[in-house]
Amino acid sequence: MNRSEPIRKAPSFLESLVQRRTLGYLLLGLVLLVAIWRLGNALLENPSLFLQQVTNGLQIGFVYALIALGYTMVYGIVRLINFAHGDVFMVGAFTSFYAISRIQLHLWTRALFPDLNPFIADVIGTISVVLLSMAVCALLAVTIERVAYKPLRNAPRISALITAIGVSFFLEYFGALNFVYTANYITYRRPFDVITWVIGDQGVQVLQKGQEVPAGAIIFSNISFIIIVVSIILLVLLQYFVKNTRTGKAMRATAYDRQTARLMGVDVDATISTTFAIGAALAGAAGVLYAIAYPQVVFWMGIIPGLKAFVAAVLGGIGSIPGAVVGALILGQAETLSAAYISTPMRDAIAFSILIIVLLVRPTGIFGEAQREKA
Amino acid sequence: MMLEVKDLNVYYGAIHALKGVTFHVDKGEIVTLIGANGAGKSTTLNTISGLLRARQGSILFQGEDITRTMPQDIVRKGIVQVPEGRKIFATLSVLENLEMGAYLNKDKAQIQRDLEMVLDRFPRLRERRNQYGGTLSGGEQQMLAIARALMSRPTLLLLDEPSMGLSPILVEQIFEIIQDINQQGTSILLVEQNAQMALSIADRGYVLETGRVVLEGPAQELLHNPMVIEAYLGGHG
Repeated sequence: MNRSEPIRKAPSFLESLVQRRTLGYLLLGLVLLVAIWRLGNALLENPSLFLQQVTNGLQIGFVYALIALGYTMVYGIVRLINFAHGDVFMVGAFTSFYAISRIQLHLWTRALFPDLNPFIADVIGTISVVLLSMAVCALLAVTIERVAYKPLRNAPRISALITAIGVSFFLEYFGALNFVYTANYITYRRPFDVITWVIGDQGVQVLQKGQEVPAGAIIFSNISFIIIVVSIILLVLLQYFVKNTRTGKAMRATAYDRQTARLMGVDVDATISTTFAIGAALAGAAGVLYAIAYPQVVFWMGIIPGLKAFVAAVLGGIGSIPGAVVGALILGQAETLSAAYISTPMRDAIAFSILIIVLLVRPTGIFGEAQREKA
Repeated sequence: MMLEVKDLNVYYGAIHALKGVTFHVDKGEIVTLIGANGAGKSTTLNTISGLLRARQGSILFQGEDITRTMPQDIVRKGIVQVPEGRKIFATLSVLENLEMGAYLNKDKAQIQRDLEMVLDRFPRLRERRNQYGGTLSGGEQQMLAIARALMSRPTLLLLDEPSMGLSPILVEQIFEIIQDINQQGTSILLVEQNAQMALSIADRGYVLETGRVVLEGPAQELLHNPMVIEAYLGGHG
């Protein structure tokens, strides 16, 4: 035997910096320290303003969570980053815009039962609008999947990815046509009136028109309330569906191993369609909520929230459902808090830097597992 | 006749994997396909299960042509495969894996009875029913894979290398379970590299070589066939 042992060189400084994730840990520690110091100060200086920012962050975070779930579920089952997902969100917003402004769907209960309590009528009306958007988005996504992605299921992954980008452009610029949504910003009419509460020294009060917000008080509107409540309801429903129903189990089995799921008698095509439909329905609901919060719709409105939700999904560990929610809530907070306390124009840069730092430490995301073997 | 495979030709792209394979399984039999790696054993099972499509030839199950039937409909008809390498759903619990086996069964009371039956048969799985499938040992995973297949109430069970990677004692156990399942009325098509074990429990056997059946006969005869002894039984017959 005359074989020399391979010589293992001591890793250079630079190598150890990246490979052992020293750089990542250092940066993460630094960011956490600065964040704790900065946010701690902010909290002590003006606790109500801080709470206000956290509430705002929660609101946008939940919207991102609803979108991020679609990315993560679709990735989990077909390993595709569905770049058209943000545009499905946009279609959800536009569907609700037409439902409210053109056919006044939110008023159907008032038209049919004029004696109904106006509050209940508003709730039912809003739910109807959300459900319609969810249904339209689900249908759209299933169509996209059948027409554009299914024929490429056994093609190299990059083909499907490029197709997804193509579908995204199609949805945007088809929407921009004059006889579709037009290329303009359109003012969105909410399906209910905004009520703002002031929570301050005198307890909870309804903010009247023209009244100034007293110093040291937090304002909370029914918009934040609706976004947070609707999101939590949808998340709980989704969790129940995926964990406990027959189709949910089939989805998890298919995501883990498609061939073996087939051997169990699972109709894999139908299961994949269902996954797209559910993800899109959640994005549709997010589209309505987003438009209610920021009452303006435009054909490209899905790009930035879609991109951020994608980042949230990666941050949480793409493929993981709890990961998408946690990642989205972190991103929501990072964004609002850095806008409030560091720099508004820099807020996206800061939020995305957090992504990079977290990925340096955990390349698979917070809840992500190491790549498993696929047979 | 339970299963009749006639002149099966399967390709992977340009590679001709099965070159006219013909065999059959009678009701109540254990039939084994033996052969080396790459002989086409798994390809045969996957074609029967509908995962692969035959370019030529036919598969009849209880007289019905299932050559072009979808995998889920094949399971529905009663042909269930325990795949090579067990293929447990690692991210699902043991119980959920078993429920996946009963995926096509919509009768909840019956599923519950079947579940009790397989958990009685495999007490280890009962102990571990809430664990993730991926945390089981190799032997437990093989039992789970078989139990999962039993949950679909098979009339014909296809087993792909159940002895793979298991210790001799476990192999013995698994083969006893297979015989037991057979005695309760399920026909079995067993694919094995461990020719000795497979032939010792089988009624009949087929020897596959590079996509062709080169030898067939009663299992006892094959066990004493000089060619089989030379090629598959280590030559110490």
